[in-house]
Amino acid sequence: MKMEGQIPEGLKYTQDHEWVRRNGHIAVVGISFHAQDTLGDIVFVELPEVGSMVVAGKAFGVVESTKAVSELFAPISGKVLRVNEALATSPQLVNAEPYEKGWMIEIEMSQPEEMEALMGASAYKDFLLGQ
Amino acid sequence: MSEKTPLFEAHQRLGAKLVDYSGWTMPVQYISSLKEHAAVREAVGLFDASHMGEFELRGKKAVEAVNHLVCNDLSLCVNGQAMYTGLLNEAGGFVDDVVVFRHSEERVFLCVNAANIAKDWEWVLAHTRGMSGIEANDLSAQTGMLALQGPRALEVLSLLCPLPLEKLKRYYFIDGEAAGVLCTISRTGYTGEDGFELYCPSEKAEALWWALLEAGKPWGIMPCGLGARDTLRLEMKYPLYGQDIDEQHTPFEAKLNWIVKMKKEAFIGKEALEKQKERGVEKTWIGFEMVEPGIARAGYRVFSEGRQVGVVTSGNFGPSLKRAIGMAYVEPLCAKEGTVLDIEIRERKAKAQIVKTPFWKKGA
Repeated sequence: MKMEGQIPEGLKYTQDHEWVRRNGHIAVVGISFHAQDTLGDIVFVELPEVGSMVVAGKAFGVVESTKAVSELFAPISGKVLRVNEALATSPQLVNAEPYEKGWMIEIEMSQPEEMEALMGASAYKDFLLGQ
Repeated sequence: MSEKTPLFEAHQRLGAKLVDYSGWTMPVQYISSLKEHAAVREAVGLFDASHMGEFELRGKKAVEAVNHLVCNDLSLCVNGQAMYTGLLNEAGGFVDDVVVFRHSEERVFLCVNAANIAKDWEWVLAHTRGMSGIEANDLSAQTGMLALQGPRALEVLSLLCPLPLEKLKRYYFIDGEAAGVLCTISRTGYTGEDGFELYCPSEKAEALWWALLEAGKPWGIMPCGLGARDTLRLEMKYPLYGQDIDEQHTPFEAKLNWIVKMKKEAFIGKEALEKQKERGVEKTWIGFEMVEPGIARAGYRVFSEGRQVGVVTSGNFGPSLKRAIGMAYVEPLCAKEGTVLDIEIRERKAKAQIVKTPFWKKGA
């Protein structure tokens, strides 16, 4: 696997290696293949409560691997509609399927225009290669 | 510049993630530290431990000289036996924790922690200088060290080694050839599983490494990195120097009383330990498991009824236990098994309970 790993088209990415999948005013958030690969085996994920507010650029949770503790930063602002409950018992889903079953939170966007500041797949790939 | 072990190129070829670890470029994992951990618990894994240091003391009174340096009693060992012990300072704190190998009355070998090689070497020289006929050699640079660990380690090594390894008891060692490489082979390790550690000339380490990986294939051997090494030792409550023990902590505080032989004649740190024994310790090293979600990491503060009573020294997810565990120094009054403590994890407090250790027991 190349260091940039898998970067699906159609998602938006942050410099902190979160991804966003937008569906109308709803956004699903997770961490990229590169992020989980760098962290190593993920053993614990701490997510916010449903109904709480997250703010773009601010920490909304924590992901821990056997190696390290790492904060999760919200790519966009809004209200948390759902969190991925499966991660409480199966945090390794983030490693196995970072873009699918390893998703983290679903947000009702309060400022959809924040999406414009995020990178597309090719920009994120360039960002990783430039690091 | 980070130092490289003789296996650096082997790690690169295997696609290891390399990190700097106390001045050495070491593999933290190859594929997955959880899978590597499981390989060692269930079958067999191979570690590069060549960053560790090795000293040799020779001379008529080599055993006596080492016995003055360490808190355990090497006179209780026979030739061919190894022992876990501490090099202590005058205050009774750990200069290092080491394994000593008694080859004979005249020859003792010490395995020391990578981060402490220079410090320990100074310490050994300074404290053997006045002794007549003692010759000390630092063999660290010319010695490779591999650790073959897991319930299948005996079968794997036996394929490459004609010695009757099944007769080698825990913490005994033997000199002989493995894959044609002359080694000191000890039945020791840092994982809680059966296994062997092999000390060999550094230029032969890579040949031995590939031979062991090849021989272990039928059992699904995996090369294992520092990540797995850390979670394996954590589940056994084996201390990691610089994190769980250091110059400020004595063996009594770390509950390693069994490595201290107070009946032995003078050794460095004995007087301080006598005083500590009399007045009691002010902190004690306990093992806990998390009751509430979260992983307690080194440096997190430990509370009891709102008051800080200690600090976490190591903590992680225990892969074989499937729960978060850790170790902490706490006040002796809060150190009883079953005690529930609060550990500050970021902005909240999570409950943890003191449990019996080692956390991991074979067949549990």
